[in-house]
Amino acid sequence: MSSIKIELRKEDVDFIKETCSKFNNDSQELINVLHGCQEHFGYLPAEVQEVISEYLNVPVAKIYGVVTFYSFFTMIPKGKHPISICMGTACYVRGAEKVLEEFKKELGIKVGESTKDNKFSLSSLRCVGACGLAPVVLVGDKTYGRVAPDDVKGILKEYE
Amino acid sequence: MSKYSMHLLVCGGTGCHAAESDAIVCNLRDELEAKVLTDKVQVIKTGCFGFCEKGPIVKVMPDNTFYVQVKPEDTQTIIDEHIIKGRKVTRLLFKDPSTKEAVSDSKHMDFYKKQMRIALRNCGFINPENIDEYIARDGYQALGKVLTEMTPDQVIREIKESGQRGRGGGGFSTGLKWELAKKSVSDEKYVVCNADEGDPGAFMDRSVLEGDPHSVLEAMAICGYCIGSSTGLIYIRAEYPLAIQRLKIAINQARENGLLGNNIFGTNFSFDISLKYGAGAFVCGEETALIHSMEGLRGEPTIKPPFPAESGYLGKPTNVNNVETFASIPAIILKGAKWYSSIGTEKSKGTKVFALAGKINNVGLIEVPMGTTLREVIFEIGGGIKNGKKFKGVQTGGPSGGCLTEKHLDTPIDFDNLIAAGSMMGSGAMIVLDEDDCMVSMAKFFLDFTVEESCGKCAPCRIGNKRLHELLGQICEGKGKIQDLDRLKNMSVVIKDTSLCGLGQSSPNPVLSMMENFRDEYLAHVTDKKCPAGQCKSLMKYIINAENCVGCTACARVCPVNAITGERKEVHLINQEICIKCGACYEKCKFDAIYIS
Repeated sequence: MSSIKIELRKEDVDFIKETCSKFNNDSQELINVLHGCQEHFGYLPAEVQEVISEYLNVPVAKIYGVVTFYSFFTMIPKGKHPISICMGTACYVRGAEKVLEEFKKELGIKVGESTKDNKFSLSSLRCVGACGLAPVVLVGDKTYGRVAPDDVKGILKEYE
Repeated sequence: MSKYSMHLLVCGGTGCHAAESDAIVCNLRDELEAKVLTDKVQVIKTGCFGFCEKGPIVKVMPDNTFYVQVKPEDTQTIIDEHIIKGRKVTRLLFKDPSTKEAVSDSKHMDFYKKQMRIALRNCGFINPENIDEYIARDGYQALGKVLTEMTPDQVIREIKESGQRGRGGGGFSTGLKWELAKKSVSDEKYVVCNADEGDPGAFMDRSVLEGDPHSVLEAMAICGYCIGSSTGLIYIRAEYPLAIQRLKIAINQARENGLLGNNIFGTNFSFDISLKYGAGAFVCGEETALIHSMEGLRGEPTIKPPFPAESGYLGKPTNVNNVETFASIPAIILKGAKWYSSIGTEKSKGTKVFALAGKINNVGLIEVPMGTTLREVIFEIGGGIKNGKKFKGVQTGGPSGGCLTEKHLDTPIDFDNLIAAGSMMGSGAMIVLDEDDCMVSMAKFFLDFTVEESCGKCAPCRIGNKRLHELLGQICEGKGKIQDLDRLKNMSVVIKDTSLCGLGQSSPNPVLSMMENFRDEYLAHVTDKKCPAGQCKSLMKYIINAENCVGCTACARVCPVNAITGERKEVHLINQEICIKCGACYEKCKFDAIYIS
């Protein structure tokens, strides 16, 4: 499933167990459980999915199917400052692709990857609904509007 | 609210929120406190005003002054000048682009003049986190009227007579949908609100939920009463944290006020609403896929029939409507079917919300009567094309829609006219394109989206769209042949005819409409190997004009692949074999000596 192997601590397992029981261990609440776990762990490694499988009584293959189906869920840990570039149509026609290229060049990583020191990760997303500010870049919770390729270095500097 | 003589309304929609409208709210409150005015002037964070291009927006009531592009540091001036001295701050007013004069009242702005707000009636007027403000604007009156004065059949007849059609894209009659769900016999039924706004460039559902969540809750309860359901579910994107937060607040306040829960308005009707989260899948906008996703499964669609009205969530009859559809319902009930059906065209009644974006001056959210022309929307309300460029086309209906051109500008917009023109209404996104946009690249961009979002269940959509995408990629790289245009067309028709759900059935629309309306541009790519818009990198050549080159070496120094040679003070040359067309030299040259061929 994934190349990253992690060892879950007891409190991690307890957290998953609690999250499942908060939703009455109901398999139909799988997506809500996954949301809860991703918020806590930052991503959904195979080991977490295995524990969920046990408490919700859903085969782990099915959970993997759901995790990989939805773009919101990820099995790769995000960086300390996750960078998302909006590639919705409005941002695209206002030059988001060039901004994305600049981030790739500056960070030396591709979309879906993290920098070696795990400080930044790069992803593209579809429309955050702030089309008036296109092109839009999100770093963590902070939104940057009307970003030009020349602004990229300055944005990254804020997080040094 | 009566104790305050003035209100400062600050837009808290996503666009303005991202542009520090929270800081504006804080600063205004601090300022008022410092000047001991907190008992006279109230600051309210509202939902979206719609005019996102000029955000953040601050509106002063009761004199209707509309301040644009306000910065947190402007707040002191607003309080000192406007509130205390009664003088409008001219520099923060909107300047009419043609007359260059400041306009203080939004009613006199081109952006608002032609609008008619039904679904967005409360957005930008009320504090969405306070149920009393919704009630003060006739909120929950429609629910009261329905529960105490009307039978479910009467309500359904009213909705049917209003002629409202679903705003999510399909355009199916809302009243008929309710009637079908009512006719299904079951111990349990569900009312579902589709708030999985996945269409990039559309943000009307989000604005309604952020600006006026109660209108949706009220309409869901009305629907529940009509079809015989006591459970409502809102399926909302997890990417909309602000909308989720406001919905949660609204649901709790409605419960506290007895407007959700048991025995609403003292009748024997009970109804409650809970939230279900999406996780980023465009296909989940399709109602059967949405229902599977709510059941905790992969969001894959299934063949209809059975329709959700017979067998939906957990196999029970389910009525799914879109946010905008629900938001208009209370207004229809209160003002009547006759009023609603008097607005719009023969077969498309009422108003429609459009999200204007792309190369347009006034990006924002607008609501106009059906039948308004594209020209009015783009050039009057939208203020025309950015930077004085030439209008090329407008993509309506998102990645499932088509691209309309100059010749369609005077077509009245409604469900049927858009389909006849080779596009569709979709959720109401309008992306305006100018002369710099390449129609092959645009089609490829939309296919890129569809390929990524295809759930993979049926072969035409999974494999066909990928092939379309590959062919378009080859054309962009100058490897296309003339026969490829026919192949694109044939394959598109097959995908449309044989796909399982709406995603595949509409995904080739951008390619088909763009090939039809911009055939010359496609031909230029395949026969002349040229991109007229100058967007396709592989078809571009950067060339140095010997007359203008002074030999400053700036281009050679900035070239990442050392493709530029030449001695100091001599004309330079770009080696086309090595050039990667990054454009760095073009941007660096101060003498206009590099041009694109």
